[in-house]
Amino acid sequence: MDNAVTTNRLTKRFGDFVATDAITFSVAPGEIFGFLGANGAGKTTAMRMLCGLLKPTSGTATVAGFDVYTQSEQIKQVIGYMSQRFSLYDDLTPRENIRFYGGIYGLKRTDLKTKADAIIEELELGSVADKLTGSLPLGWKQQLAFSVALIHEPKVVFLDEPTGGVDPITRRHFWDMIYAAAHRGTTIFVTTHYMDEAEYCDRVSIMVDGQIKALDTPGALKKQFGADSMDGVFQILARGTSTK
Amino acid sequence: MKRFFAFVRKEFYHILRDRRTLLILFGMPLAMVLLFGFALTNEIKNARIAVLDLDHGQHSRQITDRLLSSGYFQLTKTLTAYRDVEATFRQGNVKLVVVFPPNFTRNYAHDGTAQVQLLADASEQNTAISLTNYATNIIQTYRTGAPATEQSPPGAQPPMQITVQPRMVFNPELAGAFVFVPGVMAMVLLLVSALMTSVTIAREKETGTMEVLMVSPLSQIQILFGKMLPYLLLSFLNGVMIIALGVFLLNIPLNGSLGLLLSETLLFIFVALAIGLLISAIADTQLVAMFTSMLAMLLPTIFLSGFLFPIESMPRVLQVISNIIPARHFIIIVKGIMIKGTGLNLLWKPTLILFAMATVLTIVSLRKLKPRLG
Repeated sequence: MDNAVTTNRLTKRFGDFVATDAITFSVAPGEIFGFLGANGAGKTTAMRMLCGLLKPTSGTATVAGFDVYTQSEQIKQVIGYMSQRFSLYDDLTPRENIRFYGGIYGLKRTDLKTKADAIIEELELGSVADKLTGSLPLGWKQQLAFSVALIHEPKVVFLDEPTGGVDPITRRHFWDMIYAAAHRGTTIFVTTHYMDEAEYCDRVSIMVDGQIKALDTPGALKKQFGADSMDGVFQILARGTSTK
Repeated sequence: MKRFFAFVRKEFYHILRDRRTLLILFGMPLAMVLLFGFALTNEIKNARIAVLDLDHGQHSRQITDRLLSSGYFQLTKTLTAYRDVEATFRQGNVKLVVVFPPNFTRNYAHDGTAQVQLLADASEQNTAISLTNYATNIIQTYRTGAPATEQSPPGAQPPMQITVQPRMVFNPELAGAFVFVPGVMAMVLLLVSALMTSVTIAREKETGTMEVLMVSPLSQIQILFGKMLPYLLLSFLNGVMIIALGVFLLNIPLNGSLGLLLSETLLFIFVALAIGLLISAIADTQLVAMFTSMLAMLLPTIFLSGFLFPIESMPRVLQVISNIIPARHFIIIVKGIMIKGTGLNLLWKPTLILFAMATVLTIVSLRKLKPRLG
């Protein structure tokens, strides 16, 4: 089976500043791949290149088998995206948000209706389905944004710091949804700076200063660095570069 | 008290470090004093007039000289036939025509009375009234050899008398709405099509939803045109509504072609949309979009488009600048069509200018928006 995401020495330079420095990795279909690193380490830049929002400076990458340089239109059809700020319109109702995104991804009317009803039921949004999204609590918005990102059944879903600003229990619920999606075969590519969320991933890469300094399962990494938690692993890595 | 001043001090930091606030605090008053003091005025200077001298006698020439040396008027055209008067007004350059009938000099010298006719383009009725008054004053105080400022003693009958017949062309009742409605239309269209469009695009950028749209299969062109389409429709409806209100409620005439008027309105809307697009390309937040729209677009339009202040009275520099204000050309077009019944044959120049503006602005803003978020 082809990899869902592959990169080879993918690099992005902004003038003199190297945001992403020749990173190489691949993600298997259905995998939950965590893309970790401190703020400013280059995670968001890397993800932007994979989504087609940014043109790489050099190196290669493919998403769902399509080349990011030449086949960005095909890529857009098969990926989903949830941005840091959740991607929903506050002055539209949940139902209207679902309808909008389903519409721009080309879902047929009847399919859309069925899906919308399913999402609303699954997230228990029945009572607020026709209220403005802006009035919903943050955790509900996150879950809705995630469902909307999956509405066109993409092969890969990119989540850019999806759980910012909510308590650990709400985050845990969100990750239940991620598991369910991965179970159905969707590849999950998630960036986060919450190190405890790293434990939930199948494999994790840790970026420091634009380079991948570690790439393995959480268990293997903890063993390799002799740490109790992913947080510990990260501390060791981060401290290592700061003493240069 | 100390904590209070700690707070006030912070407020000063905010103000001094915010370029936009500084611009308003110091830049605007300065600009306005300069503009109003030196440049923008309701007074008439160097107004373009035409003279139809059917007399060619000594007195008509001398009165013409008096008029032209007063500083209020400059001679743009010398007419030879009465029928050319209306066409001259339609061309738009001349605001006043002075007509000396045949035998003027003979009547004046022998009978002691003569008549001069003043025809004013009253589509700008303030200008028309002022010009007529200035000209009347100069003509009536004309005494052979006497300076124009000499007053006749009260009650005494002047030995020689010139009666002036003013006629307000296009707008006999001197309705003020003629001047304001085209200007208001331009402002409303700019407000809806430029300001609002720029704000809505900036809003997507500000809230982060623009990113999500760009990852979706929607093309950039689709996103931008989708943003503009509702405003295009709304603007057009607004334009039609203003025209209807003007015609039915304020009795503004619609002497020209309605089809042409609506087409030109649509053209101006395109220009405004392109402006909105350009502003949205450089504005990342709604606030910046709104600010830029107001300072760089609406204010110059109010001052320099001929809406409130006649362009002819501005210093040369501002007159030249006023050429790049789209509303200036649109107002000329609307007034021409509605009030003077002018057709495309005479309005092709401002129309072409607007068309060029729309094209250039669109190309420039699409270029600026192309490089995405990278």
